[in-house]
Amino acid sequence: MQQTYSSRSGPSEGEPVPVLSLSHAAKTFGPVVALADGTINIEAGEIHALVGENGAGKSTLVKILAGLHHPDSGDFRVAGQSVQFRNVAESKDAGISVIYQEPTLFPDLSVAENIFIGRQPKGRFGLISKATMVREAHKLFERLGVPIDPTRIAEGLSIADQQIIEIAKAISLDAKVLVMDEPTAALSGVEVERLFAVARSLRDRGTGILFISHRFDEVFDLCDRITVMRDGRYISTHRTADVTVEQIVREMVGRDIGALFPKTPAEIGDVVLKVDGLSRAGVFRDINFEVRAGEIVALAGLVGAGRTEVARAVFGIDPYDAGAITFDGRKLKPRDPQVAITAGMGFVPEDRRKQGLVMDLSVARNVTLTLRNKFTTAGLINGAAERRAAQDWSNRLQVKTGSQEHAVSTLSGGNQQKVVLAKWLATDPRLLIIDEPTRGIDVGTKSEVHRLISDLAGRGIAILMISSELPEVLGMADRVLVMREGRITAELDRADANPESVMHAATSSAGGTL
Amino acid sequence: MSSALDHKNATTTAPAAGARGAVAAVLRMRELPVLIALALLVLVTYLINPLFLTAQGVKDLLLNATIIMILAVGQTLLIITRNIDLSVGSMLGLVAFGTGSIFAAVPDVPILAVFAIGMVFGALLGAINGALVTLAKVPALVITLGTLYVYRGLNNAWAGGKQFFAGDRPEEFGALSVNTFLGFPVITLLAIVVVIAVAIYMSGTRPGRDLYAIGSDPDAATAFGIKVSKRVFLAFLANGALAGLAGVLYASRFNSVGATTGTGMELTVVAAAVVGGVAIFGGSGSVTGAALGAVLLTTITSSLTALRVDKFWQQAIVGVLILTAIIIDRVASLRTAKKLRISEARNV
Repeated sequence: MQQTYSSRSGPSEGEPVPVLSLSHAAKTFGPVVALADGTINIEAGEIHALVGENGAGKSTLVKILAGLHHPDSGDFRVAGQSVQFRNVAESKDAGISVIYQEPTLFPDLSVAENIFIGRQPKGRFGLISKATMVREAHKLFERLGVPIDPTRIAEGLSIADQQIIEIAKAISLDAKVLVMDEPTAALSGVEVERLFAVARSLRDRGTGILFISHRFDEVFDLCDRITVMRDGRYISTHRTADVTVEQIVREMVGRDIGALFPKTPAEIGDVVLKVDGLSRAGVFRDINFEVRAGEIVALAGLVGAGRTEVARAVFGIDPYDAGAITFDGRKLKPRDPQVAITAGMGFVPEDRRKQGLVMDLSVARNVTLTLRNKFTTAGLINGAAERRAAQDWSNRLQVKTGSQEHAVSTLSGGNQQKVVLAKWLATDPRLLIIDEPTRGIDVGTKSEVHRLISDLAGRGIAILMISSELPEVLGMADRVLVMREGRITAELDRADANPESVMHAATSSAGGTL
Repeated sequence: MSSALDHKNATTTAPAAGARGAVAAVLRMRELPVLIALALLVLVTYLINPLFLTAQGVKDLLLNATIIMILAVGQTLLIITRNIDLSVGSMLGLVAFGTGSIFAAVPDVPILAVFAIGMVFGALLGAINGALVTLAKVPALVITLGTLYVYRGLNNAWAGGKQFFAGDRPEEFGALSVNTFLGFPVITLLAIVVVIAVAIYMSGTRPGRDLYAIGSDPDAATAFGIKVSKRVFLAFLANGALAGLAGVLYASRFNSVGATTGTGMELTVVAAAVVGGVAIFGGSGSVTGAALGAVLLTTITSSLTALRVDKFWQQAIVGVLILTAIIIDRVASLRTAKKLRISEARNV
């Protein structure tokens, strides 16, 4: 899987016509400028990364390529020919295939039919030949080196396999350009490697690939060139070999990376949460720690070390076999989140789409979800009071939304996270447990979330933060608890916490990635 | 990772082993439970009351099922796309009364022309439903609940207290429901031809597969460039044409047609489709299954009569059987989903 970029004949040799070129495309929705200058050139046989914060215009650009949006102005060429797509079908016909983060397959149809829908091979009497269809699908999967049974229905397939099916579809359509919009966000490590292997083999056959990701390690591992966007504008394009992560981040946010973790010292108060000898067979053992008012305690460690499980037990979602949880000096009843909430605990889960938010409800409803009773008169919710409270919190957290009435699903990841935080802050908590506060959030919003968490600590809220990102842990935490295989293996003060000490405690040997 | 892949390869290439694959395919058929239930029902009833399976008995069974069968095929086209047409009973009533009126006005009209007029009339009524659903973007349940009453009202206004009787119609027209070919009534054979034709269309043509795609995920279908509105509209039109056909056959089969002909039939039709394994949320099921469901439902009623079960209990028993069929289907599909997920887990 090792790739040496210098050994490949770069696309800049000579001046070949790019397979796809978009220049100075603009798109506005009413008063909102979604894209001010969308510019990208994709060569045949390259993997081209598109990076930028949320709201930088990447999605709009992708939708223009896909034929979902029509640019107000700008020049759009495929293989040198000027094009104007009126719909998705025209973009497909031109040889552009787009694979979204969560592909939309037809769950009731077979895998083969999902690949060939609308252009099923015909056999005798002009009827669809299922056998040919299955055979062709099989061939595609063999070519991709992925064993998926073409006859099974799509229902129940993992997201990784669904993406592979989309790629198979793209190949069968003879796509010249493959656009992958954050394909790895929901994949495991093995699946990511498999996807990358497929992407590289497609590139080597001459497909131009546009790869959108927030993960820099992936971008630098996979891509030949990187285009940066910021605030709806094209900023720059680099050959991957010629730049560093810091340089890209600087261009993305327009400021220095040092500003990313602005933890301000806060006055540390009394113990709010005390966990004594907490154990759960096979999950975690003998967990002891305290969190004080105004203190940020980070739970660091590798994925699967049992950090989230401990947090869930503390909040009362999961049971535990032994030990005690004391909150504000009172012992908490196990397995009852309502008790934890009433006592003054808040829990911001890792997967905010599934557990933290009701995606179809408005921003206002989501913010006030945890404190309905406060706005209730005789069992009915007072809409005006609810909206006022929601507005107040949204303002304080700088949630960027057109209206409080918009569905949360329309917000960007960072703003969704702010809504989750607002939801809990509105309950006036004494302790907030935050699981992976900035997962899937772009660099610029990350620092806003960090500033926010730091502010909260400054107001005397105790914070227990689970994070897999070492810079976040080191930048934010007053104290770092490191877990490994269900046990706390180190407790480090801010002064003692450094990459080496945390990594050493998280893995049996120093090194590896967090 | 490689060992996992090898394992998966071994299982996916297995279906090449013919016979076993064929058996497995039969076992996976959604129609199978209905078929088994139907066979059991007929067998048990026959063992208790041998008169149930005389030539006349079988003929009656098939005749009773014919009209519901055709309506269930049309309804299935819609349910598969996540739509429904509750106005089928009213459409059938209008066409049946219309058929009576034609014969009354032009006694020597060719029978084929009557069929053509009936189906075009039905198609028109269905197209109105389809246009309202696709243009107004209101759920079909609501639209067709409305047209159920509108069409019924038209029928009432048109017919008033008037009824047409079998004697008003030419003998050869009535004979369609009496004469048999190889033991099958002619109108039943007609229905079977309809089932087979629509089944081939649904499984073997691109527009047919599009209907499944639309019901499976309407948004994805739109994003994919499938002409959702056009396909749904045409499905409503086809359902109307089939209701029209059923209306003409109704006039052939039954003695009288009037203002209330076909009242309440829509629920039997939807029940037949659901019992036949057509998923009420769209995307899966087959017209063959729906037709079998129609046969099962009408046979249940007949066997309960043959078994001398009190009429009072018959409807309740039919209801219980509907629920059983749905629960069996649900459990089976959950099990399949679980199996798929497990095979998935092994793959990763």
